[in-house]
Amino acid sequence: MLNYLIKRIGNSIIVLWVVMTVTFFLMHAIPGGPFTAEKSLPPAVKANIEARYKLNDPLLTQYKDYLANVARGDLGPSFKYVGRSVNDIIAESFPVSLELGLESIFLALLVGVPAGVLAAYRRSRWPDRAVNLLTTLGVAVPSFVLSALLVEFFAMKLGWLPAAMWNSWASRILPAVALAAMPMAFITRLTRSSVLDVLGQDYIKTAKAKGLSTGAVLFRHALPNALIPVVTYLGPMAAGILTGSFVIETIFAIPGLGSYFVTSIYNRDYTVILGITLFYSAIVIFMNMLVDLIYPLLDPRIKLGEREE
Amino acid sequence: MEKQYDFSPLNLSAQSAGQEAAAPSAGYWSDAWLRLKKDKGAMLGLGFILLLLTVAIIGPMLSSFSYEDQNFLQANLGPSAEHWFGTDSLGRDLFIRVLYGARISLAIGIVASLINLVIGVIYGGISGYVGGRTDRIMMNIVDVLYSVPTLLYVILLMVVFKPGLMNIFIAFGISYWLQMARIVRGEVLKLKEQEFVLASRSMGANGSRIILKHLIPNAVGAIIVSLSMSIPDAIFTEAFLSFIGLGVSAPMASWGVLASDGVNTIRVFPFQLFFPAMAISLTMLAFNFLSDGLRDALDPKMRR
Repeated sequence: MLNYLIKRIGNSIIVLWVVMTVTFFLMHAIPGGPFTAEKSLPPAVKANIEARYKLNDPLLTQYKDYLANVARGDLGPSFKYVGRSVNDIIAESFPVSLELGLESIFLALLVGVPAGVLAAYRRSRWPDRAVNLLTTLGVAVPSFVLSALLVEFFAMKLGWLPAAMWNSWASRILPAVALAAMPMAFITRLTRSSVLDVLGQDYIKTAKAKGLSTGAVLFRHALPNALIPVVTYLGPMAAGILTGSFVIETIFAIPGLGSYFVTSIYNRDYTVILGITLFYSAIVIFMNMLVDLIYPLLDPRIKLGEREE
Repeated sequence: MEKQYDFSPLNLSAQSAGQEAAAPSAGYWSDAWLRLKKDKGAMLGLGFILLLLTVAIIGPMLSSFSYEDQNFLQANLGPSAEHWFGTDSLGRDLFIRVLYGARISLAIGIVASLINLVIGVIYGGISGYVGGRTDRIMMNIVDVLYSVPTLLYVILLMVVFKPGLMNIFIAFGISYWLQMARIVRGEVLKLKEQEFVLASRSMGANGSRIILKHLIPNAVGAIIVSLSMSIPDAIFTEAFLSFIGLGVSAPMASWGVLASDGVNTIRVFPFQLFFPAMAISLTMLAFNFLSDGLRDALDPKMRR
């Protein structure tokens, strides 16, 4: 167990280092520096700025500095917002994204799992078909279109919910729904197919033969095993929610990390792009590791580190 | 492909060993086509995609409007007999822009998938065929790349490159081949122990010939299924990139650009969002149905 954990953490650090190196050199491959946009800058001022951010050091020195800083947990200053560091930006805006993300995950599970069980239980009947239609639509509509439609309908036409901002509990509903739509569709399909799988197994027949009620068979015997694939999906889902938040937070004017990321792309604020990419990668890698660790706890048939085979 | 040697004992032994599932023959393809034909959703999807391709290629030639002609006197008109989908804020005909968008979005989907195919087949083929330490190292590299959200690479690449069609091809091409490499490797691992490979090797065929002429053709089913899933993925991702300002540049417009322009005017001119969004969604549905059907038809083991 401990050995495995150490190996996994070591692997994760290597992955992070690779990501960091690739992103660093990619960012520095861009023709022109981060200040080339401001053409009116006098040469002296420009030289001053470049000296301050150490942009004139040899690339390798900059790389070493960056590595050392990141190792200490310092992601560097923002080039566009004077006096603010990437750490400040993350500390300020990530809690908002985290809250939105957790709400979406919760919502996706709360709706997706029961819908999947229902579809599997009523296979090829109308509930299955309805669920199938909805999940197909959920995968086919881009999130920004869905958000626009939700805003238009619930905020503009009906006036039930606020169209944007992040202040009351009501303002959380629309963005959470828009962000949850895609993972919800996936979870529903995943649950459906894995419940179907489990329902065909012998121990379910035994449970039925004992005379247990449908509810007991479905929820006490079938569901726990059927949920194992859903747990595997948590890693990719975290990635999906992160990247989904770029669009959703921008549309709903939510001051989270996702909208900051998009703004920094527009501004070509390289250190912020780099820092947030690294931060996101760390989260996703951590989630994947967590899933690998939880997995054998849920399914005793699987030994630690053998999921791939 | 093996037919050109007419190495009859091989065929006999393959049949007697009951390995028809692993060695597709003419029967495999006609069976698959029969299975696919029975799947209404898949045929509907296939029909829609073929229709879309035709209209996207021919349509703009027949129209009197072009995708960049601006006419401010006719800006923001609703759908009419003259402008089927209405016009946008610069007075450009939306119908023709959606058709051109189809060209661009489909081109992105298809070209990106083909680049993935080439890289993935070569990488996965070598990894699976050589095996041993090489395989482990190559697959470890894939695992490392896989553990970071692909979209982040694409965003970074698009920030480094300038937004544009060519660069989208490149960025997608070098980011999305991991899945393909894994699938091809898995198939090659399964196939390479079979007798026809041994026969070919005993006749002096070298590694690249065996991979390209014998192993890959046998893995075509799995590759096609994966392709039919990666095309809509690429279209979707491009729409997403367009929304955050990293898509193709004006006056060209993919569906993603059109839809994200439409989002801005949804209050006043909802039709400007409706048509491009419809185009994206219908195409996604069509590809989804088709790839589900293909999976069932080409890969009976994966059927649920």
